[in-house]
Amino acid sequence: MLADKDRIFTNLYGFHDWRLEGARARGAWDNTKAILDKGPDAIVEEMKKSGLRGRGGAGFPTGLKWSFMPKQVGDRPHYLVVNADESEPGTCKDRDILRHDPHLLVEGCLVAGFAMRAHAAYIYVRGEFYNEAVHLNEAIKEAYAAGLLGENACGSGWKFDVYVHRGAGAYICGEETALLESLEGKKGMPRLKPPFPAGAGLYGCPSTVNNVESIAVAPTIMRRGASWFAGIGRPNNTGTKVFCISGHVNKPCNVEEEMSIPLKELIERHAGGVRGGWDNLLAVIPGGSSTPMLPKSICDTVLMDFDALKEQQSGLGTAAVIVMDKSTDVIKAIARLAYFYKHESCGQCTPCREGLGWVWRVMERMVTGNARVEEIDALYDVTKQIEGHTICALADGAAWPVQGLIRHFRPLMEERIRMRTQKLAAE
Amino acid sequence: MAMITADPQDVPKVDSFSFTPEYMAKVNEVIANYPPGRQASAVIGVLDLAQRQFGWLPRVAMDEVARILEMAPIRVYEIATFYTMFQLKPKGRYLLQVCTTTPCWLRGSDAVMKACQEAADGTTFSVQEVECLGACVNAPVVQINDDFYEDLDAASTRRVLDAFRRGETPKPGPQVNRQTSAPEGGPTTLKGE
Repeated sequence: MLADKDRIFTNLYGFHDWRLEGARARGAWDNTKAILDKGPDAIVEEMKKSGLRGRGGAGFPTGLKWSFMPKQVGDRPHYLVVNADESEPGTCKDRDILRHDPHLLVEGCLVAGFAMRAHAAYIYVRGEFYNEAVHLNEAIKEAYAAGLLGENACGSGWKFDVYVHRGAGAYICGEETALLESLEGKKGMPRLKPPFPAGAGLYGCPSTVNNVESIAVAPTIMRRGASWFAGIGRPNNTGTKVFCISGHVNKPCNVEEEMSIPLKELIERHAGGVRGGWDNLLAVIPGGSSTPMLPKSICDTVLMDFDALKEQQSGLGTAAVIVMDKSTDVIKAIARLAYFYKHESCGQCTPCREGLGWVWRVMERMVTGNARVEEIDALYDVTKQIEGHTICALADGAAWPVQGLIRHFRPLMEERIRMRTQKLAAE
Repeated sequence: MAMITADPQDVPKVDSFSFTPEYMAKVNEVIANYPPGRQASAVIGVLDLAQRQFGWLPRVAMDEVARILEMAPIRVYEIATFYTMFQLKPKGRYLLQVCTTTPCWLRGSDAVMKACQEAADGTTFSVQEVECLGACVNAPVVQINDDFYEDLDAASTRRVLDAFRRGETPKPGPQVNRQTSAPEGGPTTLKGE
C-alpha cells in the first residue's frame, strides 16, 4: 500500500483547508521559482524520466507530449489547456482535485505552461461542476494576489495567466480537439488530425491539452524528483493514481494508490469489499465506461495499470472502477452505456451518429431477449465497423463495452433469447 | 445525439431581453478572459449568465448574446441547442437533474428518479434525466440548480425535496454520514494528519 508520505493529493477528501494557506502548509507553491529556474527543457526531461502517462484515459506519456511543442515561440503564442471536462461514467477524481486541492492544479499550470513556453492556461471545467469552478477561481485569485501568477509569476520573470472556462454539458468536449472547438465558442465537434494541437490548436496556435490529474502531479514530481515517482508502480506504469471505486461495493470512494495495485486489493482495502463478498462479484469495468468489462476470473488477479489491463483486452482509462455484483443485469448495464454514447455523439461522423443509435436499439432488445442468436454476431460486427472509422475515439469507446459484454457474457445473452423464445412458444 | 429543441408553440413569447447592469459587468468579466477578437469564446459563459438572469433562454436572449459578442445569431442558436445545460423552455424554481447512467443506476437511481418525478409539478420542481454528472462514488446523484445531492435513495430524496418545498436549502453533498468522496465510516488513508 502507498504510504501517506508518498501521496500527492493530501486533501483529497476536503478534511483540510483548500485555500492558499492550507495548500502551502501541505507543501504546494513551495519554492516554485526553483523549479522554473531549471528551465523548460530540464522540466520536460524530468517529466519524461518520471514515466508519467496521461491520466485522462489514453495514457500517452506526458513529458513526450510536452516535448512536441515548438522549442521557439514564433508569431503565435503557445497555450496550455487543461481538460477538466470530467464526464466519463465512473470517473470523479478531477472533481476532488478541483474542489479540495485546486492550488496543486494552478501551480501545475504554471510549471507545465512554463515548460511549454506558454504565457496562458485555460482550464475547461465541465459546466455541472459549478461549485468546483468557484473553488478553482478563488484559488487563482489568491495566487494572483500572492504574486504566484501574473506579470512575474513566483518571481521567475515569467508572465503567466490562468483562466477558467466553464462548459455547458457535453461529454464530447472531453475529446481534446472538441474541447478546443468549444473553447473557441463553437459546437464541440472534434477536429480531424493532423494538424495536431501542438502545431495548430487553440486559435490556431501551438497548444497542449492535458488532464487535470496529469498537470496537478507535475509540481510534486519536480520537487521530489522523477526517480521518486518512477519508483512507484511497475516500469512503464509508474507513479500514484487516484482511483474511483463505484457500483456494488460496500463503501464506494476515491483513493490515491500506487499504480499497478491488484484490483482485488484496491476494492477490499479501500472500498469495503464487494457487496456480499468477493465471491458475489460478477464483473468489473476497470477504467471508466469506455473500457471493456472483466469477468470475476480475471478480476481475481489483474493489476490496475495500463499494460496489465491492455493484456486483458481492456484498459486503465481513467481508473474508474465500476463494480457489478451477481444481482446485476449486466446486459442492461451495458445497454444503459450504449444509450449514453448515443446521447453524447456529436453527430459529425455517420458511423457514430447512425451506428450508436442502432447499437443501442439492438442492445435494448438484447435486454429483453427479443432477438435472434445470429444478431449477437451482427451486433459485434457492427461495433467492429464503427470502431476506427470516425474522427474521434468516442465511437471506439462506445463499441468496446458492447464488445466486452459479448466476449465475456455471450452465453447469458443467448440464454436470455432462448428463454424468451421458449416462453412465447409455451403461451 | 442529444437533440434539444424547443417547440415554438410551446414556448412563451418574450419580446425583449437585456442584461441588468450587474449581469453586464459579469458579461464583460467573462469576455476579458479571452484575447482581443476572440470574444466568441465567451459564448457559453454569456449564455449561462443570460439563463441565470432570466431563468431560461428565450430567442431574444440568444439574439442579445449574438449582438454583444458580434456573432451571427445562428452560431449562438447552435451553441444553445448543442449543450444540454441550456434550457430553452421555462423551468420550475428547482431543476432536478437526475443522473441515471450506469454507476448511478447500479446503486438505485430508478427509485430516485421516481421520487423526483412524483414531486415534479412544473412550478416548484422540474425534472430532467441527465447523463453522468461525474460524482459516481457518491451515486445516486441529483443536481438541484447548482448543487449536487449525493448518496440518495427514495426516502432521502423525498426528505431533500420536502425541505426545498418548505423554503429551506438542505445541505448539499452526501445525504449519508460520510465526508465527500471518502469511504463511509472514515477514510482508509490520510489518517495521520
